[in-house]
Amino acid sequence: MRFTSRPKMNYMPGTASLIEDIDKKHLVLLRDGRTLIGFLRSIDQFANLVLQQTVERIHVGKRYGDIPRGIFIVRGENVVLLGEIDLEKESDTSLQQVCIEDILEEQRLQQQSRQEAEKTKHLALKERGLVMPRSDIMDEYGVQHQY
Amino acid sequence: MCPLCGWDVLVSYLICGTLHSVDQYLNIKLTDISVTDPEKYPHMLSVKNCFIRGSVVRYVQLPADEVDTQLLQDAARKEALQQKQ
Repeated sequence: MRFTSRPKMNYMPGTASLIEDIDKKHLVLLRDGRTLIGFLRSIDQFANLVLQQTVERIHVGKRYGDIPRGIFIVRGENVVLLGEIDLEKESDTSLQQVCIEDILEEQRLQQQSRQEAEKTKHLALKERGLVMPRSDIMDEYGVQHQY
Repeated sequence: MCPLCGWDVLVSYLICGTLHSVDQYLNIKLTDISVTDPEKYPHMLSVKNCFIRGSVVRYVQLPADEVDTQLLQDAARKEALQQKQ
């Protein structure tokens, strides 16, 4: 943890650099739909990330649960979005934290109902001669994926 | 500095924000973001600024009145002609 303040230098003006984001708490959205929260320690040109004190946050409705994960190295191609967490805003969210077991159970139920809905839809389309391509979690809003 | 910086953009019908900077990979940095469907994506509540990897972006919507379509068309046409030569 840095205790001295660093002067704000712009290493490459005009570039979307992550240099200024180092040592700050970040939320990382991965292509498989996972959410990681941790302190950004290192970056490179591929947006490979090193996160410390990482926590995997699982959201189901208005509830969430955290799984402590330690140090993470994330390969850049799996990163969708990296968001700086505003520590003030973090304390007044309407979300409720629950224990890990509960949230995992809720997630399992959510996945189950989602898969069942997907199955019936797929079957209905198949009967009409249409085959739907496998869509990924982040695909609905036009966020690209390759699997 | 990129001429689009400071505009309000909508990325992939998901995140709206002010364009802070862009780089050669079309990675996007947005400030003062808002999510179009906060119920579907509750994790973004405590995030004000974000970095979006260029490889995952499909669309970026720009404010229509800020774009001079005639100028853009002419510039694109010129560029295409230059490339041909």
